[in-house]
Amino acid sequence: MEDLKTKQKNVISDETIEYVGILAKLELSDEEKERAKRDMGEMLDYIDKLNELDTDGVEPMSHVFPVNNVFREDVVTNGDGSEATLANAPERKDQGFKVPKTIG
Amino acid sequence: MSKTYETVIGLEVHVELATKTKIFCGCSTAFGGAPNTHTCPVCTGMPGSLPVLNKQVVEYAMAVGLATNCTITQYCKFDRKNYFYPDNPQNYQISQLYLPICRNGGVEIETSAGKKVVGIHEIHMEEDAGKLVHDEWEDVSIVDYNRSGVPLIEIVSEPDMRSAEEVIAYLEKLRLIIQYLGASDCKLNEGSMRADVNLSVRGVGETEFGTRTEMKNLNSFKAIARAIEGERARQIELLEEGKPVIQETRRWDDNKEYSYAMRSKEDAQDYRYFPEPDLVPISISDEWIARVKARQPEMRTEKMERYQREFGLPAYDAEILTGDKAFADLFEATVALCGRPKKVSNWIMVETIRMLKDNGMDPDEISFSPEHFAKLVELADEGAVTNTVAKEVFELVFREDIDPDAYVEEKGLKTVSDEGALRAAVEKVIAENPQSVEDYRNGKEKAIGFLVGQTMKAMKGKANPGLVNQLLRELL
Repeated sequence: MEDLKTKQKNVISDETIEYVGILAKLELSDEEKERAKRDMGEMLDYIDKLNELDTDGVEPMSHVFPVNNVFREDVVTNGDGSEATLANAPERKDQGFKVPKTIG
Repeated sequence: MSKTYETVIGLEVHVELATKTKIFCGCSTAFGGAPNTHTCPVCTGMPGSLPVLNKQVVEYAMAVGLATNCTITQYCKFDRKNYFYPDNPQNYQISQLYLPICRNGGVEIETSAGKKVVGIHEIHMEEDAGKLVHDEWEDVSIVDYNRSGVPLIEIVSEPDMRSAEEVIAYLEKLRLIIQYLGASDCKLNEGSMRADVNLSVRGVGETEFGTRTEMKNLNSFKAIARAIEGERARQIELLEEGKPVIQETRRWDDNKEYSYAMRSKEDAQDYRYFPEPDLVPISISDEWIARVKARQPEMRTEKMERYQREFGLPAYDAEILTGDKAFADLFEATVALCGRPKKVSNWIMVETIRMLKDNGMDPDEISFSPEHFAKLVELADEGAVTNTVAKEVFELVFREDIDPDAYVEEKGLKTVSDEGALRAAVEKVIAENPQSVEDYRNGKEKAIGFLVGQTMKAMKGKANPGLVNQLLRELL
């Protein structure tokens, strides 16, 4: 505990925030970058606090509720959904979403 | 100074499962629907929509895993793989990273280098992405999400293959197993089976792996073989020049027979996987595994053995017939109707395969019915039509699935066994071919073949050949 009080807060570098921005497809202003760096640092500090707990031998939990095996049968229940789907298209062509040229 | 290199290859094979609906919603997976007609809020990633897992996907994945000697992960779950691309409306793909459904399997392959086992590292379940079509007129792409959410399994092999031949043998083995299971039709040219090739080279005898590249866009066995040769040569050339091989994804261009780097460094492959919160884990009991196991259909080895035992077929026939599920299905359905397994086998192995080759078709494109095929086999076997006529009728069965009985009746193609009519024809042939008659009488046995042929010709191929032979000998 002593250690933790004196421990320096996590500092997020400019490179890291740039990289996370690229991954998230976000363009941040300098001001927004500073705020994001502070927020992320605080989040990591909190994770450090959780890391103080001894979790040896504890199974990682991915879900809160003890529910398994929720399935559907392989039966078609949906009809033509194209109008509803395409209602969200900023631009459409030939019943498809028109997007900037993308090469797979 | 030429050093000898060894090629080390591992494969990632994606297989589209033959379910009726998508992996997480009740949209149809039918091929060829108008763009975006098979979509809903779930498979287009609308906020607030919730995926529910298709049970059949789990069962197909288990079936493939069991048939490839994998261990089933009895507690397994899904993870999110995050990336942005227009073919992926959710901006993540639901896949499995930490606990894939099958692990540690393998299949045996046989090549000119002998038998070996190719290990399977894992098989996981995931969803397919949408399709991007490049517009012909404008500089844009059109996105169709019909395929978004179609269930896939990805089969990841160990880096156990050393040649294109081994890779093809492995893929053919997987395809056959999966087709037998009915889990997919595995068509490379339609994309229901897709293989990414991970390849590196190293000096023979070295134990460390070289740096590997991953190649995509391989849609035929031939393209895969060419891509392996091309990439092997490219990497060796780099090494010989003292340049490093860069770990990257490359796209194979089969027309130019060269691969191109697909992704640059700025596009870092950082998928930030995390457990999928919208799907609960899957718990697979021993009983469930046993049920899937009990339902496994007869696989090739057992079928080959049964064909020899039950139908008395030679090993060679059994091997050919079971080499493609379409042949095995046709054989079994036809024999159930008309018996005569060896005759049916011959018609498949000779005439059917010849017609497929002549027309550049795959066995699963056979469109004639076992009913009409069985009738033809009967007509030919009973001698109701001659061999020549039977082959002609078969071509029509193959092409148009005609009813051979009706056709033979209508066209009057039944073998003529009427002795009076045949005797007249034979007498005419004898009168018209004095030289051959002379030759035969002088002991040239071969000459009778010519006379039989002439008679058959006169009878338009419909004469009973046994009877013609007998009459000729009698009259000479």
